[in-house]
Amino acid sequence: MAKKVFILVGTKKGAFIIESDAERRSWKLRGPFCETWPMNHVIADPVTGTIYGGGGNEWFGPAIWKSTDVGATWTHSSEGLAYQAGEAPIKAVWSVAPAAGSLYAGVEPAGLFRSDDGGQSWRHVAGLRDHPSRPHWQPGGGGLILHSLVPHPSDQSQLWVGISSAGVFHTADGGESWEARNRGTRADFMPEGQKYPESGQCVHCLVMAPGMSDRLYQQNHCGMYRSRDGGRHWDSIEAGLPSTFGFPAAVHPRDPATLYLLPLNGDTAGRYVPDGRAAVWRTRDSGDKWEALREGLPQQNAFFGVLRQAMATDRLEPAGVYFGTNTGTLFASADEGDSWHGIAQYLPAIFSVETLVVEA
Amino acid sequence: MPDDQSSPASPRVVVTLPAALVNLFPGSVRRVEVSATTVGDVIDALDSRWPGMRDRICDSTPGIRRHINVFVEGERATLQTRLAPGAEVMVMTAISGG
Repeated sequence: MAKKVFILVGTKKGAFIIESDAERRSWKLRGPFCETWPMNHVIADPVTGTIYGGGGNEWFGPAIWKSTDVGATWTHSSEGLAYQAGEAPIKAVWSVAPAAGSLYAGVEPAGLFRSDDGGQSWRHVAGLRDHPSRPHWQPGGGGLILHSLVPHPSDQSQLWVGISSAGVFHTADGGESWEARNRGTRADFMPEGQKYPESGQCVHCLVMAPGMSDRLYQQNHCGMYRSRDGGRHWDSIEAGLPSTFGFPAAVHPRDPATLYLLPLNGDTAGRYVPDGRAAVWRTRDSGDKWEALREGLPQQNAFFGVLRQAMATDRLEPAGVYFGTNTGTLFASADEGDSWHGIAQYLPAIFSVETLVVEA
Repeated sequence: MPDDQSSPASPRVVVTLPAALVNLFPGSVRRVEVSATTVGDVIDALDSRWPGMRDRICDSTPGIRRHINVFVEGERATLQTRLAPGAEVMVMTAISGG
Protein backbone atom coordinates (compact mmCIF):
# COMPACT_ATOMS: atom_id res chain seq x y z
CA MET A 1 0.00 0.00 0.00
CA ALA A 2 1.20 3.53 -0.74
CA LYS A 3 2.66 5.45 2.15
CA LYS A 4 2.94 9.09 3.09
CA VAL A 5 5.70 10.57 5.17
CA PHE A 6 5.32 13.65 7.33
CA ILE A 7 8.29 15.58 8.68
CA LEU A 8 7.34 17.27 11.93
CA VAL A 9 9.40 20.36 12.56
CA GLY A 10 9.53 22.34 15.79
CA THR A 11 10.92 25.83 15.43
CA LYS A 12 11.43 29.02 17.37
CA LYS A 13 8.23 30.33 15.77
CA GLY A 14 5.78 27.47 15.66
CA ALA A 15 5.45 23.96 14.27
CA PHE A 16 5.57 23.04 10.59
CA ILE A 17 4.63 19.85 8.76
CA ILE A 18 6.26 18.88 5.49
CA GLU A 19 4.85 15.92 3.61
CA SER A 20 5.65 13.71 0.67
CA ASP A 21 4.90 10.27 -0.71
CA ALA A 22 7.23 7.32 -0.22
CA GLU A 23 9.42 8.44 -3.08
CA ARG A 24 10.29 11.58 -1.11
CA ARG A 25 11.12 13.65 -4.19
CA SER A 26 8.70 16.55 -3.82
CA TRP A 27 7.57 18.10 -0.58
CA LYS A 28 4.71 20.29 0.54
CA LEU A 29 5.02 22.51 3.61
CA ARG A 30 2.23 23.62 5.95
CA GLY A 31 2.44 25.92 8.95
CA PRO A 32 3.26 27.70 11.13
CA PHE A 33 1.06 25.98 13.68
CA CYS A 34 0.67 26.37 17.45
CA GLU A 35 0.18 30.14 17.29
CA THR A 36 3.88 30.57 16.47
CA TRP A 37 4.89 29.48 19.97
CA PRO A 38 8.46 28.23 20.33
CA MET A 39 8.04 24.49 19.82
CA ASN A 40 10.92 22.50 21.22
CA HIS A 41 9.73 19.05 20.19
CA VAL A 42 6.99 17.93 17.82
CA ILE A 43 6.38 14.19 17.62
CA ALA A 44 3.77 11.73 16.44
CA ASP A 45 2.44 8.65 18.16
CA PRO A 46 3.17 6.03 15.50
CA VAL A 47 0.22 3.92 16.65
CA THR A 48 -2.50 6.58 16.52
CA GLY A 49 -0.95 9.20 14.23
CA THR A 50 -1.74 11.87 16.81
CA ILE A 51 0.78 14.70 16.76
CA TYR A 52 1.99 16.26 20.00
CA GLY A 53 4.07 19.39 20.33
CA GLY A 54 5.91 20.48 23.44
CA GLY A 55 6.79 24.11 23.81
CA GLY A 56 6.76 27.17 25.94
CA ASN A 57 5.83 30.73 25.36
CA GLU A 58 7.41 33.62 27.28
CA TRP A 59 3.98 35.12 27.89
CA PHE A 60 1.82 32.08 28.43
CA GLY A 61 4.12 29.38 29.78
CA PRO A 62 4.42 25.70 28.91
CA ALA A 63 1.91 23.56 27.06
CA ILE A 64 1.50 20.38 25.09
CA TRP A 65 -0.21 20.95 21.76
CA LYS A 66 -2.13 18.16 20.07
CA SER A 67 -3.52 17.48 16.62
CA THR A 68 -5.51 14.39 15.69
CA ASP A 69 -5.88 15.40 12.04
CA VAL A 70 -2.25 15.76 10.97
CA GLY A 71 -2.08 19.42 11.75
CA ALA A 72 -5.40 20.71 10.43
CA THR A 73 -6.62 21.62 13.93
CA TRP A 74 -4.83 21.88 17.27
CA THR A 75 -5.68 22.00 20.95
CA HIS A 76 -3.38 22.64 23.89
CA SER A 77 -3.25 21.79 27.57
CA SER A 78 -1.02 22.17 30.57
CA GLU A 79 -3.42 20.82 33.18
CA GLY A 80 -1.28 19.43 35.98
CA LEU A 81 1.92 20.48 34.26
CA ALA A 82 3.27 22.38 37.25
CA TYR A 83 5.58 22.01 40.22
CA GLN A 84 4.42 22.76 43.72
CA ALA A 85 4.02 26.37 44.81
CA GLY A 86 7.33 27.87 45.83
CA GLU A 87 9.40 25.93 43.31
CA ALA A 88 10.69 27.61 40.17
CA PRO A 89 7.78 27.36 37.73
CA ILE A 90 8.02 25.37 34.51
CA LYS A 91 9.17 27.50 31.59
CA ALA A 92 8.71 25.12 28.70
CA VAL A 93 8.20 21.57 27.56
CA TRP A 94 11.31 20.20 25.87
CA SER A 95 10.50 16.64 24.94
CA VAL A 96 7.50 14.40 24.38
CA ALA A 97 7.42 10.62 23.94
CA PRO A 98 4.62 8.07 23.66
CA ALA A 99 5.01 4.92 25.70
CA ALA A 100 2.48 2.07 25.68
CA GLY A 101 -0.58 4.29 25.53
CA SER A 102 0.81 6.94 27.86
CA LEU A 103 2.77 10.08 27.15
CA TYR A 104 5.86 11.43 28.84
CA ALA A 105 6.95 15.04 28.79
CA GLY A 106 10.30 16.46 29.84
CA VAL A 107 10.35 20.06 30.98
CA GLU A 108 12.54 22.98 32.01
CA PRO A 109 13.58 23.24 34.82
CA ALA A 110 14.29 19.56 34.48
CA GLY A 111 11.51 17.25 35.50
CA LEU A 112 9.27 14.54 34.13
CA PHE A 113 5.50 14.43 33.67
CA ARG A 114 3.16 11.69 32.51
CA SER A 115 -0.26 11.73 30.90
CA ASP A 116 -2.59 8.77 30.73
CA ASP A 117 -5.39 10.56 28.89
CA GLY A 118 -3.79 11.54 25.63
CA GLY A 119 -2.14 14.73 26.85
CA GLN A 120 -5.21 16.33 28.38
CA SER A 121 -3.91 16.18 31.95
CA TRP A 122 -0.49 15.54 33.44
CA ARG A 123 1.00 14.34 36.69
CA HIS A 124 4.47 14.91 38.01
CA VAL A 125 6.73 11.85 38.13
CA ALA A 126 8.30 13.22 41.26
CA GLY A 127 10.83 10.46 41.85
CA LEU A 128 13.27 11.90 39.35
CA ARG A 129 13.58 15.20 41.20
CA ASP A 130 14.02 13.24 44.42
CA HIS A 131 17.30 11.83 43.11
CA PRO A 132 20.11 12.75 45.53
CA SER A 133 22.07 14.45 42.76
CA ARG A 134 19.35 16.98 42.07
CA PRO A 135 20.70 19.79 44.31
CA HIS A 136 23.78 19.73 42.07
CA TRP A 137 21.93 20.00 38.75
CA GLN A 138 23.05 23.19 37.02
CA PRO A 139 21.63 24.65 33.81
CA GLY A 140 23.75 24.34 30.69
CA GLY A 141 23.71 26.75 27.78
CA GLY A 142 20.25 25.58 26.75
CA GLY A 143 18.91 25.66 30.30
CA LEU A 144 18.26 22.90 32.80
CA ILE A 145 16.26 20.86 30.33
CA LEU A 146 15.05 17.27 30.18
CA HIS A 147 15.39 16.78 26.45
CA SER A 148 15.74 13.04 25.89
CA LEU A 149 13.04 10.49 26.69
CA VAL A 150 13.74 6.87 25.84
CA PRO A 151 11.01 4.43 26.91
CA HIS A 152 11.77 0.73 26.94
CA PRO A 153 9.98 -0.81 23.94
CA SER A 154 8.25 -3.59 25.89
CA ASP A 155 8.75 -2.99 29.64
CA GLN A 156 6.58 -0.08 30.75
CA SER A 157 8.42 0.20 34.05
CA GLN A 158 11.67 1.21 32.34
CA LEU A 159 12.57 4.63 31.02
CA TRP A 160 15.78 6.51 30.36
CA VAL A 161 16.00 10.29 30.41
CA GLY A 162 18.73 12.72 29.46
CA ILE A 163 19.12 16.04 31.25
CA SER A 164 21.61 18.62 30.06
CA SER A 165 24.38 19.13 32.62
CA ALA A 166 22.89 16.47 34.88
CA GLY A 167 23.31 13.30 32.85
CA VAL A 168 21.46 10.10 31.99
CA PHE A 169 19.08 8.54 34.50
CA HIS A 170 17.17 5.26 34.37
CA THR A 171 14.14 3.97 36.21
CA ALA A 172 13.06 0.34 36.42
CA ASP A 173 9.99 0.95 38.58
CA GLY A 174 7.91 3.36 36.55
CA GLY A 175 9.61 6.48 37.84
CA GLU A 176 9.58 5.91 41.59
CA SER A 177 13.35 5.59 41.84
CA TRP A 178 16.17 6.50 39.47
CA GLU A 179 19.76 5.50 38.92
CA ALA A 180 22.40 7.72 37.32
CA ARG A 181 23.91 5.96 34.28
CA ASN A 182 26.91 7.97 33.19
CA ARG A 183 29.88 5.71 33.88
CA GLY A 184 32.48 6.19 31.19
CA THR A 185 31.24 9.57 29.92
CA ARG A 186 33.50 12.57 30.46
CA ALA A 187 32.92 15.93 32.01
CA ASP A 188 35.76 17.89 30.41
CA PHE A 189 34.53 21.04 32.11
CA MET A 190 35.46 19.64 35.53
CA PRO A 191 38.93 19.80 37.15
CA GLU A 192 41.43 16.95 36.85
CA GLY A 193 40.41 14.04 38.98
CA GLN A 194 36.72 14.93 38.72
CA LYS A 195 36.12 14.30 35.03
CA TYR A 196 34.16 11.05 35.50
CA PRO A 197 31.54 11.85 38.14
CA GLU A 198 28.50 9.68 38.83
CA SER A 199 26.30 12.44 37.39
CA GLY A 200 26.65 15.98 36.10
CA GLN A 201 27.75 15.05 32.58
CA CYS A 202 26.22 17.11 29.82
CA VAL A 203 24.31 14.66 27.66
CA HIS A 204 22.96 16.29 24.49
CA CYS A 205 20.98 13.46 22.93
CA LEU A 206 20.19 9.91 23.99
CA VAL A 207 18.77 7.29 21.60
CA MET A 208 18.10 3.54 21.61
CA ALA A 209 19.04 1.12 18.85
CA PRO A 210 16.06 -0.55 17.17
CA GLY A 211 15.30 -3.98 18.56
CA MET A 212 18.07 -3.82 21.17
CA SER A 213 16.89 -2.20 24.35
CA ASP A 214 20.32 -2.47 25.97
CA ARG A 215 22.08 -0.71 23.08
CA LEU A 216 22.08 3.03 23.68
CA TYR A 217 23.98 5.80 21.96
CA GLN A 218 24.53 9.34 23.11
CA GLN A 219 25.94 12.54 21.78
CA ASN A 220 27.44 14.32 24.74
CA HIS A 221 28.88 17.79 25.14
CA CYS A 222 32.14 15.89 25.64
CA GLY A 223 32.21 13.03 23.19
CA MET A 224 30.10 10.38 21.51
CA TYR A 225 29.31 7.13 23.30
CA ARG A 226 27.79 3.66 22.99
CA SER A 227 26.44 1.47 25.74
CA ARG A 228 25.75 -2.25 25.45
CA ASP A 229 24.15 -2.59 28.88
CA GLY A 230 21.40 -0.02 29.07
CA GLY A 231 23.71 2.80 30.04
CA ARG A 232 25.48 1.17 32.98
CA HIS A 233 28.76 1.58 31.12
CA TRP A 234 29.60 3.78 28.18
CA ASP A 235 32.38 3.42 25.60
CA SER A 236 33.70 6.31 23.55
CA ILE A 237 33.00 6.07 19.82
CA GLU A 238 34.47 9.45 18.90
CA ALA A 239 37.59 8.12 17.15
CA GLY A 240 37.32 8.90 13.45
CA LEU A 241 34.96 11.83 13.92
CA PRO A 242 36.03 15.43 13.26
CA SER A 243 35.24 16.65 16.77
CA THR A 244 33.94 15.46 20.11
CA PHE A 245 31.13 18.02 20.13
CA GLY A 246 27.68 17.96 18.62
CA PHE A 247 24.04 17.83 19.54
CA PRO A 248 21.81 15.33 17.71
CA ALA A 249 21.95 11.58 17.22
CA ALA A 250 19.57 9.44 15.17
CA VAL A 251 19.32 5.68 14.85
CA HIS A 252 18.39 3.70 11.78
CA PRO A 253 14.81 2.35 11.93
CA ARG A 254 15.89 -1.29 11.56
CA ASP A 255 19.67 -1.68 11.86
CA PRO A 256 20.92 -1.34 15.45
CA ALA A 257 24.50 -0.83 14.26
CA THR A 258 23.72 2.21 12.10
CA LEU A 259 23.87 5.60 13.78
CA TYR A 260 23.91 9.14 12.40
CA LEU A 261 25.68 12.06 14.10
CA LEU A 262 26.34 15.63 13.09
CA PRO A 263 29.52 16.79 14.80
CA LEU A 264 30.12 20.52 15.16
CA ASN A 265 33.45 22.26 15.40
CA GLY A 266 33.51 22.58 19.18
CA ASP A 267 31.81 24.17 22.12
CA THR A 268 33.99 27.28 22.15
CA ALA A 269 34.57 27.52 18.38
CA GLY A 270 31.18 28.75 17.21
CA ARG A 271 29.36 25.41 17.16
CA TYR A 272 29.24 25.32 13.36
CA VAL A 273 29.79 22.41 11.01
CA PRO A 274 33.58 21.94 10.89
CA ASP A 275 35.44 24.13 8.38
CA GLY A 276 32.15 25.50 7.08
CA ARG A 277 31.52 22.18 5.30
CA ALA A 278 28.37 20.28 6.22
CA ALA A 279 28.42 16.55 6.76
CA VAL A 280 26.35 13.92 8.47
CA TRP A 281 28.54 11.14 9.83
CA ARG A 282 27.32 7.55 9.63
CA THR A 283 28.53 4.37 11.22
CA ARG A 284 27.38 0.92 10.10
CA ASP A 285 29.20 -0.92 12.91
CA SER A 286 27.99 0.79 16.09
CA GLY A 287 30.65 3.45 16.07
CA ASP A 288 33.91 1.67 15.31
CA LYS A 289 34.20 3.28 11.86
CA TRP A 290 32.67 6.46 10.50
CA GLU A 291 32.05 7.91 7.05
CA ALA A 292 31.21 11.50 6.17
CA LEU A 293 28.09 11.94 4.04
CA ARG A 294 28.40 15.18 2.08
CA GLU A 295 26.71 14.74 -1.31
CA GLY A 296 24.20 17.53 -1.74
CA LEU A 297 25.20 19.36 1.44
CA PRO A 298 26.96 22.76 1.30
CA GLN A 299 30.74 22.36 1.24
CA GLN A 300 31.80 25.93 1.70
CA ASN A 301 30.75 28.90 3.81
CA ALA A 302 28.22 26.92 5.84
CA PHE A 303 28.03 28.29 9.37
CA PHE A 304 25.05 26.58 10.87
CA GLY A 305 24.55 24.22 13.75
CA VAL A 306 22.02 21.47 14.30
CA LEU A 307 20.35 21.25 17.69
CA ARG A 308 19.87 18.23 19.93
CA GLN A 309 16.46 17.09 18.67
CA ALA A 310 16.81 18.23 15.07
CA MET A 311 17.78 15.00 13.31
CA ALA A 312 15.58 11.97 12.62
CA THR A 313 15.04 8.96 10.40
CA ASP A 314 11.86 7.58 8.88
CA ARG A 315 10.85 3.90 8.72
CA LEU A 316 10.63 3.65 4.94
CA GLU A 317 12.87 1.41 2.83
CA PRO A 318 15.48 2.71 2.23
CA ALA A 319 15.35 4.81 5.36
CA GLY A 320 15.05 8.56 5.09
CA VAL A 321 17.28 10.80 7.18
CA TYR A 322 16.48 14.42 7.97
CA PHE A 323 18.05 17.30 9.84
CA GLY A 324 17.12 20.92 10.42
CA THR A 325 19.55 23.75 11.02
CA ASN A 326 19.47 26.58 13.50
CA THR A 327 19.36 28.83 10.41
CA GLY A 328 16.06 27.37 9.24
CA THR A 329 16.98 24.92 6.50
CA LEU A 330 15.69 21.36 6.42
CA PHE A 331 17.77 18.76 4.59
CA ALA A 332 16.51 15.31 3.60
CA SER A 333 18.03 12.10 2.34
CA ALA A 334 15.88 9.35 0.83
CA ASP A 335 18.80 6.91 0.58
CA GLU A 336 19.99 6.44 4.17
CA GLY A 337 22.23 9.50 4.02
CA ASP A 338 24.12 8.83 0.79
CA SER A 339 22.75 11.99 -0.86
CA TRP A 340 20.94 15.04 0.41
CA HIS A 341 18.54 17.75 -0.75
CA GLY A 342 17.32 20.90 0.92
CA ILE A 343 13.54 20.56 1.18
CA ALA A 344 12.71 23.75 3.08
CA GLN A 345 14.59 26.92 3.78
CA TYR A 346 14.04 30.30 5.41
CA LEU A 347 12.18 28.67 8.28
CA PRO A 348 12.68 29.96 11.83
CA ALA A 349 15.50 28.33 13.79
CA ILE A 350 14.75 24.61 13.83
CA PHE A 351 14.61 23.00 17.27
CA SER A 352 13.35 19.51 16.42
CA VAL A 353 12.74 17.13 13.54
CA GLU A 354 10.69 13.95 13.79
CA THR A 355 8.83 11.78 11.28
CA LEU A 356 5.50 10.03 10.85
CA VAL A 357 4.82 7.43 8.15
CA VAL A 358 1.20 6.44 7.46
CA GLU A 359 -0.65 4.39 4.89
CA ALA A 360 -1.94 6.78 2.25
CA MET B 1 -20.45 41.70 25.76
CA PRO B 2 -20.61 38.25 27.38
CA ASP B 3 -21.18 38.26 31.09
CA ASP B 4 -20.68 35.82 33.87
CA GLN B 5 -23.42 34.84 36.32
CA SER B 6 -21.39 32.61 38.59
CA SER B 7 -21.05 35.00 41.54
CA PRO B 8 -23.95 37.42 41.43
CA ALA B 9 -23.13 38.77 44.91
CA SER B 10 -19.73 40.07 43.80
CA PRO B 11 -19.25 43.38 42.01
CA ARG B 12 -19.38 43.32 38.25
CA VAL B 13 -16.10 44.24 36.57
CA VAL B 14 -15.04 44.52 32.93
CA VAL B 15 -12.05 42.49 31.77
CA THR B 16 -10.07 43.10 28.59
CA LEU B 17 -7.94 40.26 27.25
CA PRO B 18 -5.03 40.39 24.79
CA ALA B 19 -5.56 39.05 21.30
CA ALA B 20 -2.72 36.55 21.65
CA LEU B 21 -4.54 35.00 24.62
CA VAL B 22 -7.95 35.00 23.00
CA ASN B 23 -6.45 33.24 19.98
CA LEU B 24 -5.62 30.27 22.23
CA PHE B 25 -9.22 29.71 23.34
CA PRO B 26 -11.80 29.30 20.57
CA GLY B 27 -14.96 31.17 21.46
CA SER B 28 -13.28 33.54 23.88
CA VAL B 29 -13.61 37.28 23.44
CA ARG B 30 -11.53 40.39 24.04
CA ARG B 31 -13.95 42.01 26.52
CA VAL B 32 -15.96 40.16 29.14
CA GLU B 33 -17.92 41.16 32.23
CA VAL B 34 -17.50 38.97 35.32
CA SER B 35 -18.33 39.07 39.01
CA ALA B 36 -15.20 39.42 41.11
CA THR B 37 -13.89 41.08 44.25
CA THR B 38 -10.20 40.48 43.49
CA VAL B 39 -8.02 39.87 40.44
CA GLY B 40 -7.76 36.28 41.63
CA ASP B 41 -11.53 36.01 41.33
CA VAL B 42 -11.27 37.33 37.77
CA ILE B 43 -8.83 34.56 36.92
CA ASP B 44 -11.20 32.01 38.50
CA ALA B 45 -14.06 33.32 36.40
CA LEU B 46 -12.03 33.29 33.20
CA ASP B 47 -10.83 29.74 33.86
CA SER B 48 -14.37 28.61 34.57
CA ARG B 49 -15.57 30.05 31.30
CA TRP B 50 -12.55 28.96 29.23
CA PRO B 51 -10.85 26.02 30.98
CA GLY B 52 -7.08 26.31 30.94
CA MET B 53 -6.94 30.09 30.73
CA ARG B 54 -5.64 30.32 34.30
CA ASP B 55 -2.47 28.47 33.32
CA ARG B 56 -1.81 30.93 30.51
CA ILE B 57 -2.08 33.97 32.82
CA CYS B 58 -0.68 32.55 36.08
CA ASP B 59 2.15 30.23 37.01
CA SER B 60 2.67 27.96 40.01
CA THR B 61 4.62 30.41 42.18
CA PRO B 62 1.59 31.18 42.51
CA GLY B 63 1.18 34.50 40.77
CA ILE B 64 0.69 36.32 37.51
CA ARG B 65 3.21 35.20 34.91
CA ARG B 66 6.38 37.22 34.61
CA HIS B 67 5.60 38.48 31.12
CA ILE B 68 1.90 39.10 31.69
CA ASN B 69 0.70 42.31 33.27
CA VAL B 70 -2.69 42.91 34.82
CA PHE B 71 -3.76 46.51 35.26
CA VAL B 72 -6.71 47.67 37.37
CA GLU B 73 -7.79 51.21 36.63
CA GLY B 74 -4.38 51.73 35.08
CA GLU B 75 -2.34 50.45 38.02
CA ARG B 76 -0.35 47.20 37.91
CA ALA B 77 -2.12 44.59 40.01
CA THR B 78 -1.52 41.28 41.73
CA LEU B 79 -3.89 38.39 42.32
CA GLN B 80 -4.76 39.98 45.66
CA THR B 81 -5.71 43.38 44.27
CA ARG B 82 -9.30 44.24 45.26
CA LEU B 83 -11.79 45.47 42.71
CA ALA B 84 -14.44 48.15 42.98
CA PRO B 85 -17.77 47.70 41.22
CA GLY B 86 -17.39 48.51 37.54
CA ALA B 87 -13.58 48.30 37.65
CA GLU B 88 -11.69 47.99 34.36
CA VAL B 89 -9.27 45.05 34.46
CA MET B 90 -6.79 44.79 31.59
CA VAL B 91 -4.73 41.65 30.97
CA MET B 92 -1.79 42.56 28.74
CA THR B 93 1.19 40.83 27.23
CA ALA B 94 4.47 42.48 28.22
CA ILE B 95 7.35 43.26 25.90
CA SER B 96 9.00 39.89 25.39
CA GLY B 97 10.47 37.51 22.90
CA GLY B 98 12.85 37.82 19.99
